[in-house]
Amino acid sequence: MIFRPTHFAAVLLFALFASIVFGITQRETPRRMVRYGIYCFVLFVVSVIALSWIMYLIAR
Amino acid sequence: MATEENKNGAPANGSQPASQQGFVYLPLIVGWLVPGGGHFLLRKWVRGALLGASILSMFALGIAMQGKVYAGGHEILDILGLVGDLGNGLLYFVSRFAGWGADQAMVTTADYGTRFIVVAGLLNVIAAVDAHNLRTGRKS
Repeated sequence: MIFRPTHFAAVLLFALFASIVFGITQRETPRRMVRYGIYCFVLFVVSVIALSWIMYLIAR
Repeated sequence: MATEENKNGAPANGSQPASQQGFVYLPLIVGWLVPGGGHFLLRKWVRGALLGASILSMFALGIAMQGKVYAGGHEILDILGLVGDLGNGLLYFVSRFAGWGADQAMVTTADYGTRFIVVAGLLNVIAAVDAHNLRTGRKS
């Protein structure tokens, strides 16, 4: 089976799985794990969108 | 706490608490070989399941994207890729034995797949170290 996601879908999947692992391993209580996981996910996605716009503007 | 326990949480009278008995590196090794296995060993079922599912999914998606599984090389990037892939533990050896993945990343998604496999290995190392920290009492 070959999986060919779009670039953005690949970013979302990467951010999701990495954030879950970061949340569980970097915090101690379940509540803080969830909050940190969400924080990492948002940071991943926002960073990607911001960097994408910067690269787009540079390439113009 | 200094009067009853030392800084590692061990009682001052020399006896070891339950969390310190046995081979302390077992969760680290099991966690490396099987994603989430170290947490399962410590009866952290939910954490182990989430870590295992995340790492396995990332590795499987990398393979499904036709990512490259590093087998060695002389260039520094190939060696670093191999080190990252080795973090997957048994998954890496199974994939090498079964011939999963591509020899070369030919399309963009295959390049993403290669990164997914490497990062899955690195995340697995983080998870295994976390299991070791739970085992030694450094983390609750």
